[in-house]
Amino acid sequence: MKPGSGSTPSQTVGPFFHLGLLREDWSRLVKLDHPSAIRIHGTVYDGAGEVVPDAMLELWQADANGHYAHPEDDREGSPPEDGSTGFGRCGADDAGHFEFVTVKPGSVPGPGGGESWQAPHINVSVFARGLLKRLVTRVYFSDEDEANAADPVLASIEDPDFRATLVARAEDGGYIFDVHFQGENQTAFFDV
Amino acid sequence: MREERISLSQSGGYRRDSESQPPYLYPEYESTRLRAPGRPLVILPHTLSELTGPVYGHEKVGTLDHDLTRQHVGEPLGERIIVTGRVLDGDGRPVRNSLIEAWQANAAGRYAHHGDRHPAPLDPNFTGAGRCLTDSEGRYRFVTVKPGAYPWGNHDNAWRPAHIHFSLFGPAFATRLVTQMYFPGDPLFEHDPIFQSVSDPKARQRLVSRFDLSATEPEWALGYSFDIVLRGCNATPVENHG
Ligand SMILES: [Fe+2]
Repeated sequence: MKPGSGSTPSQTVGPFFHLGLLREDWSRLVKLDHPSAIRIHGTVYDGAGEVVPDAMLELWQADANGHYAHPEDDREGSPPEDGSTGFGRCGADDAGHFEFVTVKPGSVPGPGGGESWQAPHINVSVFARGLLKRLVTRVYFSDEDEANAADPVLASIEDPDFRATLVARAEDGGYIFDVHFQGENQTAFFDV
Repeated sequence: MREERISLSQSGGYRRDSESQPPYLYPEYESTRLRAPGRPLVILPHTLSELTGPVYGHEKVGTLDHDLTRQHVGEPLGERIIVTGRVLDGDGRPVRNSLIEAWQANAAGRYAHHGDRHPAPLDPNFTGAGRCLTDSEGRYRFVTVKPGAYPWGNHDNAWRPAHIHFSLFGPAFATRLVTQMYFPGDPLFEHDPIFQSVSDPKARQRLVSRFDLSATEPEWALGYSFDIVLRGCNATPVENHG
């Protein structure tokens, strides 16, 4: 393989990804009895408003102090707490519903790494039959108004309603984050 | 201190290689119609969130996880094969210690999955799922049986070419890839909208494995080579943090 060669194309996970990707339950990033455990859950909808049972979400996040468990995050400071890897994976059920247990991440540095900071957020990949490549979105938190207002990625989305699709609603000690592939309520997706 | 750490993001992070990738909407693949996003994607700069990604410990991958023919009491039916290759980034550097997950239909074209209604036999000795870590040269190796082609409901008389599903993480959130590996010379290629959704013929060819006599083990199994290329980055990560 020569340097500078093109990358391998993405292909859909198809309908039977559970076989290879969901043999273990990775939907709990921290233990249920973790003092600051939160529940993030929601439903995946297609363009006809039907739920999508053959979808899978993956989370990638920093810990509560804003540290990623990865060598590229080599800032001085505490290592990720609880030995949590920051990675989660959950398949939708027959009702298109998914649920994660995790902690809210801290703020992390913004683009360029200079003075700017990003509001607490979780990076999300969505896979499904009918998606030739993953969809990428982010979960922000509705009780972080101030940080959200200063977030450079949220600020890059002009339409306030579109921007709001990334903000999970706090409810009953958890957060609700629905994913809409199309339509009026379509979730904002990123070109990573 | 921070300037050194963020060198990747300051350089623009990972290169986008959109020419090699399929679109979201490819109407010939029916399911994309209600699932492809309708609004344009928002360009995301590569921050620490995209430049980091899940890292796995060796302890989680068992020594036999790469061998799909040894997960049951007996051996599965079908043509035993070895699938091997390297995982590289777009600059030809090996992607080391990286998790690969794989899943596939059995030799008759049937998945051991409750949702698969294809009336072909299940094989009690084949689940069709495996995983492994790449070594220090980015090399991986699976032992399995050649999956069968199978019908699907996309259009009249639609059949998927034989394939193995691959899932890779690479070094960062930005390099996550799920793909499918095909076998050389499959007559179903021209009829398969999932394969054809990649418009660049060269990129499409990167989905096809190569028969490899040097990976073939005499009297035992045919070998296929399949290299996987993840996105390259715009700068060499800083290795020295003074
Ligand atoms: Fe498949």
